[in-house]
Amino acid sequence: MSQTDVTGAPRRGKVLTLDTMNPNIKQVEYAVRGAIVQRAVKIEKELREGAKKPFTEVIKANIGDAHAMGQKPITFLRQVLAMCAYPELLKDDAFPKDAKQRAQRILEACGGHSIGAYSASQGIECIRQDVSRFIEKRDGGIPSNPDNIFLSTGASDAIVTLLKLMVSGEGRTRTGVMISIPQYPLYSAAIADLGAVQVSYYLDEDKCWSLDVAELRRALRAAREHCHPRVLCIINPGNPTGQVQSRQCIEDVIRFAKEEGLFLMADEVYQDNVYAEGCKFHSFKKVLFEMGPEYSSTVELASFHSTSKCYMGECGFRGGYMEIVNMDPAVKAQLVKLVSVRLCPPVPGQALLDLVVNPPQPDEPSYSSFMKERTAVLDALAKKARMTEQIFNKVPGITCNPVQGAMYTFPRITLPPKAIDKAKEEGQVPDMFYCMRLLEEEGICLVPGSGFGQREGTFHFRMTILPPAEKLEIVLHKISAFHQRFTKEFS
Amino acid sequence: MSSHVRTVRPNQMVALMERAAHIKKMLEQGEKKPYKDVIDVCWGDPHGAGMKPLTFVRQVLAACIYPQLLDGGNLPMDVKRRAQKLLRWCDGGSVGSYTNTGGILEIVENLAQFISQRDGVPAHPENIWIHPGSQTSLTSILTLLLSSEATPKRGVLVPVPGHSTVPLSVAALGGVAAPYFLDEERGWELRADELRRALASARGVCRPVALYVINPGNPTGHVQSRKSMEEVIRFVAENNLFLLADEVYQGSVYDANSEFVSYKKRLYELGPPLAHTLELASFHSASKGLLGECGLRGGYVELLNMDPVVMPYVERLFHLIPSPPVTGQIALELMVEPPQPGDPSYPLYMHETEHTRRTLVDNVKRVLQVLNRLPAISCQPVRGGAFAFPRLHLTTKAIRKAKDAGMQPDMFYCTKLLEDTGVFVSPGCEYGQKEGTYHIRFCIMTPTDTMEELLRRLSAFHLKFMKDLS
Repeated sequence: MSQTDVTGAPRRGKVLTLDTMNPNIKQVEYAVRGAIVQRAVKIEKELREGAKKPFTEVIKANIGDAHAMGQKPITFLRQVLAMCAYPELLKDDAFPKDAKQRAQRILEACGGHSIGAYSASQGIECIRQDVSRFIEKRDGGIPSNPDNIFLSTGASDAIVTLLKLMVSGEGRTRTGVMISIPQYPLYSAAIADLGAVQVSYYLDEDKCWSLDVAELRRALRAAREHCHPRVLCIINPGNPTGQVQSRQCIEDVIRFAKEEGLFLMADEVYQDNVYAEGCKFHSFKKVLFEMGPEYSSTVELASFHSTSKCYMGECGFRGGYMEIVNMDPAVKAQLVKLVSVRLCPPVPGQALLDLVVNPPQPDEPSYSSFMKERTAVLDALAKKARMTEQIFNKVPGITCNPVQGAMYTFPRITLPPKAIDKAKEEGQVPDMFYCMRLLEEEGICLVPGSGFGQREGTFHFRMTILPPAEKLEIVLHKISAFHQRFTKEFS
Repeated sequence: MSSHVRTVRPNQMVALMERAAHIKKMLEQGEKKPYKDVIDVCWGDPHGAGMKPLTFVRQVLAACIYPQLLDGGNLPMDVKRRAQKLLRWCDGGSVGSYTNTGGILEIVENLAQFISQRDGVPAHPENIWIHPGSQTSLTSILTLLLSSEATPKRGVLVPVPGHSTVPLSVAALGGVAAPYFLDEERGWELRADELRRALASARGVCRPVALYVINPGNPTGHVQSRKSMEEVIRFVAENNLFLLADEVYQGSVYDANSEFVSYKKRLYELGPPLAHTLELASFHSASKGLLGECGLRGGYVELLNMDPVVMPYVERLFHLIPSPPVTGQIALELMVEPPQPGDPSYPLYMHETEHTRRTLVDNVKRVLQVLNRLPAISCQPVRGGAFAFPRLHLTTKAIRKAKDAGMQPDMFYCTKLLEDTGVFVSPGCEYGQKEGTYHIRFCIMTPTDTMEELLRRLSAFHLKFMKDLS
């Protein structure tokens, strides 16, 4: 569509405009890095440039980034990775033998013995084998086939790739993807980007964010009116809610998936982050197989894990994998092709994953220091989870479910009607208005609950429990004080 | 399952790759074959082919990963200073943290500076995004341009021969990859008349929205002339296309008479209005060139002249790629900020890079020398890039034998070459080629000895193959 200028010569319009752009992109939102984070980054810049504010730093409690909040990397992991990067270090006596052995084994599996070489698209074979062995050990001996393991650039890469594979149809036959409300917004963003239909099922806030199959059924039935639901996504332990599903619940979900012909996607990246008394991580695969061959040979399942969370917190390395179960072989062949397009996952991330699934054993020199560091991280998180629940529940207008697992708290906040009106005036969603005010007044960056989904008329925010305990305590008290001020201001 | 993914052309390489892996394993287990190793030159993977990483890069990387190394006495001062600076740019002083979506701000600024110095044209950090490899950036831009529900389908003009994964990406996104043929007899020249023909032909089956160019070329190894680049730019402008310029081999030019000029620079040389209106995405990466760090996954895209209304959506889309691996970002940083004269690491850095440059220039000379002396195989000059892409002049008998085996003739050649000599190269059918022509592609970024051995085995095989099937 060209126009002419005053001389009559054709004037070039843009190729990529709002009208010509892929329409699905308009629906894409990713709250974790959205408007509030951009404002936080600007404020940080202003502080660096010497601006005077009621605070000296911005506390980014919006993103699940442990190292950014001061958590230390695990020594053993970094030693091996450093030797992989610069193999001259293998001669250095400062490094323990078990670290050297692992570095050598990884390097031998790399092209030209360098982590700079491409690997196979599905990931380095011996690492996939190690991942399989880890899964078998974790799941009490249930077999895992390395061919069904796909290493990825963080779990997100695998999740998006799998969704890409599964979205098809048009109109009423368009793929529906079931995802919880609240959810980690990568799912909603990917669903929007792919033009699939989001089918939301609500977690029960009053029952500690538990999943009720009756609610799954309700959502599914309603969805079938306008789309073809094919996928059921579940995050366990949950993000942002932190709930750890009971074994019974997992069985019920599997049964439901089988009855309704749904492909299960189990996001299990927080599997080591379980704190609450009486809670335990049950892998979907393990439960599936313990339910017997009627289920284990038919239900299609993909489980996801990553090196970004748990006790490692190595978000920057982008390590992860998915394990697929009962996938149609023809579809699997297409998956193999699809992953080849992005060439290969980062090799340092693959190496890191290898160490996570193959940690020091009791008879190895690094074992005791490794376990000490690991336990310290997980214990600290458990303490902070408890502290968070305690402090927030003391504040009138903030209700906080126990943080059973993961790295976040998702408290419900009561907002006075006048505040809701003011938010509407400013053209903001009420909990975004609240969070923006908190950011400007206290330099604390949270993500409003609207970014994750919540029941109509309720408001929440997601905060990470990652800052060091002393700092977290201060943050919790600051938020509590802010909440009371805010409530008073708008009463 | 997604019908778009299903229509993606089946990957004929899988069987060959599996065979190469199998043979490697067998040799490792001590099995006897007429050769002692597999020479894997199938990919554009310098380290995989035996080239060594740059010492400075790996020292800095190791120190960033394990900062305890900064306390010891073993690393040069400039390595330590550089690692300290990089760690200050990371949240919590750790390479394990997430970074900004488009990359660490300071590194993006340095990329902008590098581009500005290279082109003599200012580059702005807001237009640059770091991603896990250039293909990821390209796929994102294609996601914007293509739409699975569009009718008619949207098309991207792609070079033949060209990068094998791009048509896959386009098809998976519901688009049509419409080929334009590079002119082999003229050194793989990109001709304007061919672009016009390709566009007219494409319009019959789709609505073309973009032109994808690779310069220096993969697999072809050509380096575009200024004239050719101008023709491309004008063609894109006249036909309202988005220009996608894959420039990852810009650091690899071997011919003294060829010069890499970026599309951005060429565009600016042509002045307004084109310079201020033509939409351009340029891609670069730390995977090639002197670093060869394919496994670290560091690449970037620079966007030019985008509609400002569209940019917020571009950013939203980029947010779906949580954060590029920090190791890849470090590689990019070191690529554009190498050691300087006077730095302790400078002499070794110069020695290593000079050695690499000489090796590659010599490799290319040897390849042309050897291949052009053999019957039934010819090779256009390799002016740049990572590969040689010689043409096989196969006999009718050879072609028939291949068809009987259910294979493309060049795939048949590569399969036999692997079995008989352990040399693993890829067939031209993977990259597209003119009907009735056959080629092989192999990486020329190898140590000198490896190249000699490769050429020795290839020559012997080729003579026998041609003789047996004459």
